Amino acid sequence: MTNTYRYLPDTEQDRKEMLDFLNLSSTEELFKVIPEELRLKDGLNIPAADPEPVLMKKMQKLASRNINADQYPIFLGAGIYDHYIPSVVKHVISRQEFYTAYTPYQPEISQGELQAIFEFQTMVCELTGMDVANSSMYDGPTSLAEAASLAVASKRRKKVLVSKAVHPEARAILDTVARGQEYGVEEVDLATDITDLEKLKKQIDKDTAAVIVQYPNFFGSIEDLAEIRKIADEHGAMMIVSSNPLALAVLQAPGKLGADIVVGDMQPLGIPMAFGGPSCGYFATTKKLMRKMPGRIVGETVDENGKRGFVLTLQAREQHIRREKATSNICSNQALNALASAVCMSALGKHGIRKMALQNIEKADYAAKALQNKGFAVLNTAPFFNEFVVELSRPVKEVNERLLKEGIIGGYDLGRDYGLENHMLVAVTEQRTKEEIDRFVEALEVAVNG
Amino acid sequence: MANLLFSKEHEWVLQLEDNKVRVGISDYAQDQLGDIVFVELVEEGTEVEKDESLGTVESVKSASEIYSPVSGTVVAVNEDLEDEPEKVNEEPYEGGWMVEIELSNPEELKELLDEDAYKAFIEEGGE
Amino acid sequence: MAEYNKLIFEIGRPGRVAYSLPESDVDSVDLEEKLPKHLIRDEEVNLPEVSELELMRHYVALSKKNFGVEDGFYPLGSCTMKYNPKINEDVASLPGFTRIHPYQPEETVQGALELIYNLQEELAVIGGMDAVTLQPAAGAQGEWTGLMIVKQYFEERGEDKRTKVLVPDSAHGTNPASAAVAGFDVVTVPSNDQGLVDLEELKKAVGDDTAAFMLTNPNTLGLFEKEIKEIAEVVHEAGGLLYYDGANANAILGKTTPGLMGFDIVHFNLHKTFSTPHGGGGPGAGPVGVKEFLIPYLPVPRVEKDGDKFVLNSDHPSSIGRVKGFYGNFLILVRAYTYIRTMGTEGLNEVSDAAVLHANYLRKKLEPYFESPYDNCMHEFVLSGSRQKKLGVRTVDMAKRLLDHGFHPPTVYFPLIVDECMMIEPTDTESKETLDAFAEAMIQIAKEVEENPEVVLEAPHNTIVGRLDEVQAARKPIVRYQKPENE
Repeated sequence: MTNTYRYLPDTEQDRKEMLDFLNLSSTEELFKVIPEELRLKDGLNIPAADPEPVLMKKMQKLASRNINADQYPIFLGAGIYDHYIPSVVKHVISRQEFYTAYTPYQPEISQGELQAIFEFQTMVCELTGMDVANSSMYDGPTSLAEAASLAVASKRRKKVLVSKAVHPEARAILDTVARGQEYGVEEVDLATDITDLEKLKKQIDKDTAAVIVQYPNFFGSIEDLAEIRKIADEHGAMMIVSSNPLALAVLQAPGKLGADIVVGDMQPLGIPMAFGGPSCGYFATTKKLMRKMPGRIVGETVDENGKRGFVLTLQAREQHIRREKATSNICSNQALNALASAVCMSALGKHGIRKMALQNIEKADYAAKALQNKGFAVLNTAPFFNEFVVELSRPVKEVNERLLKEGIIGGYDLGRDYGLENHMLVAVTEQRTKEEIDRFVEALEVAVNG
Repeated sequence: MANLLFSKEHEWVLQLEDNKVRVGISDYAQDQLGDIVFVELVEEGTEVEKDESLGTVESVKSASEIYSPVSGTVVAVNEDLEDEPEKVNEEPYEGGWMVEIELSNPEELKELLDEDAYKAFIEEGGE
Repeated sequence: MAEYNKLIFEIGRPGRVAYSLPESDVDSVDLEEKLPKHLIRDEEVNLPEVSELELMRHYVALSKKNFGVEDGFYPLGSCTMKYNPKINEDVASLPGFTRIHPYQPEETVQGALELIYNLQEELAVIGGMDAVTLQPAAGAQGEWTGLMIVKQYFEERGEDKRTKVLVPDSAHGTNPASAAVAGFDVVTVPSNDQGLVDLEELKKAVGDDTAAFMLTNPNTLGLFEKEIKEIAEVVHEAGGLLYYDGANANAILGKTTPGLMGFDIVHFNLHKTFSTPHGGGGPGAGPVGVKEFLIPYLPVPRVEKDGDKFVLNSDHPSSIGRVKGFYGNFLILVRAYTYIRTMGTEGLNEVSDAAVLHANYLRKKLEPYFESPYDNCMHEFVLSGSRQKKLGVRTVDMAKRLLDHGFHPPTVYFPLIVDECMMIEPTDTESKETLDAFAEAMIQIAKEVEENPEVVLEAPHNTIVGRLDEVQAARKPIVRYQKPENE
């Protein structure tokens, strides 16, 4: 049998020796404790096993039924982006010492992971301008919801205000989380492509724990955090900023604009699109809120000989100690993707990350202007990063079907969450060449008019 | 030490004035908790009922509530503990004090144990 | 060779790079013109400046300071640190899976949706459930998702007073924490002296305010709750639901299912039972399965089959909503599916045979040397270091001594109800020789405790760092690197 199951080492002889030692005649006896009527009589009804080469072919076939971004240029963003990933990333995270280990509970034999995460935390602090960062969260949207819960717990207030320019999925998750923890979520309307600050002023009150905005926002537009901070201050509310970390290479750090918590998704830096997961949320905050931050945190310390080393620290916040009194239930995180992101940031370095961010601005700017030259209206009133909204005269779904026939994956349909029928959110990253953008613009023109 | 009163939750109470007490955790409690790494206390001005939480003490692998041995208003908080939580270990009855409370019901002091009774309580394995 | 002890910020030189991007082929943009001044970054991002070789040397050096499953035995109880197959990694790196966007038109991602659909179906069979969502990113998120389903179910039935979630005192910390963040009050149910749920105590604890009872079976002590049928009856008669924490599912594959046992909701940990790598702490995945009457409450979008097409459907008005961005940790799902397809029905059955045989074998080998609070086990078991504690050596010391033998220590000090607890899970993929070698090391340590305790108390002796000062780390936290002022 063991020939079939290459992960299981027991031979008949092994089994016999172990059973003899236990004075048993078969493994079946080990399961006698399960009441007879609860036993599966005919085993699990799932398909039979596949040998490795057969399975590989099947999986390749399944993968080939997807159209991937190596085949077609892609103009979709909306939270997940096609970016350059240096080859080193894959090689580092493929080392079994990193990917097969678990949470570094035993620091003496986990210094590699702990140090890598400490470096990751440092990089997140650098980008966001915050004092402290944790070792990662599941993804950007869940990280945002945790930030809201922290604000509510810390401020002892019962609601948060979230801009409609925050990712619709993040708002949906926030709703689910808030229903669990029983606090209110109010959405703040848009002034075209950015948060309507007049409405925000009307909605904010003494009960508001935090104002949540996205920077750049869902439409690619860059919110004026300084203005939002002022409004939050008038009512002693926190400002929570969800931010694309790549954009922070050129945008002012939210920490410098007064953010209390900065969250987001590291996907643009070193993590493949992968149908949306796994990515890696980040969570950064002020020193003041450090001990209320969710998730694992790595800290520097010394061993008994005074040598530098790293440990999981501030653990008294966490579920395994506080149990029902914990403010978050997070246990595992996305450490391997945090590592991927740290490797990517190390490879890009301080100049590469800026260059990449600038190219995003430039290419999106080029694409928007090219579309405008063809007579398309671009909706954004505020400056945008690598995404913008273009108005079409036809449903986006139809246009995208036509683009697909031309070998292009078109943008995001804003009819879907915003009721903005015939509006497409277009993302243009550094991966798109001028030639691809030109082809997209032409194809879009044909698709709309043809 | 002679003037100290104790609760069964291992807090000590020192009467400063007729109506005002200082509160901390006992030497036994700090020893049980091990190295204290962080103390979080309620804000000045907070009104507490007896047995309500005054805050949390954290060691590396634990977080324990401090239950108020009396009812009243918190009129002072030991801010030194923010940077030097180790004082709770090193001098639990002096620098490691936690809050001062203006009593709303001084009668409650009568329910507390004196030092001998507290010692006996611990020896019985009281928790 | 000198030991490498540098942070990435402490190596390299200004001007070095480890990337390569083409020059922009479009017009440049003047930031000052585009953005108001106060929104333009005014300080460089202090990221490293290293060459590609420097970068690789740095991370390879770090990797050598880390212990993985391929370095040696990793019997971390409750974590199922089994081998992470290589084909899983190869499949998960196919561009058809890594280079697809979640918002692509459905017809361009049929392969991905089919994989998700098939995995949902197979996990439903393994769990004895009627439908599965793959959205939750981890076990804890699965628990919370399951409990939000419970909450929604009772709200729709107008049973708002069901506000309590019961957990055994041996439960993993995420159980009560998840219940609390789902808005429930937590009631702890004591175990009896056999380490099992005390049925009488459970009867006292349930009532018309009970929403759910969360249970792991086998439980966190590695014991099968043999009265599970009675437990299910007690909970159901009180009108509550029974929640299965799948952390220990490695013991029951093909033997029984949570559905047969009477559970209404299940979560699995794909990174435990289904061989996906733990990644140094994640990403994992925590799919949730439910019985038919709870299907309407599952998170959206759901992956469904419409004729021969696979579709994403968000049109489920009773759904609890979204719990995670997009469709879950897809590449983890790819790995788990690959594993299930590698093992098939019989293979999974043998997994549990091996997991339970290994644990029983190791337990019996160690029983004479350590306090063994319970006299049987499934796929993992607990020992107590109480005998050694009397000699002045604690479980933490023995765990550190194991490092000198090249073994990862077991889970220690959990479950909380066993003094000086060691929780050992050998998994299905370890050979008898490995189990014997580990037993030998443990026995040697037990002897050292009696004859030469110093060597245990001072352990570890040959790791790259000694025991680290966790008190200082927590009192004066340094959680990021700061460039020295004088540079």
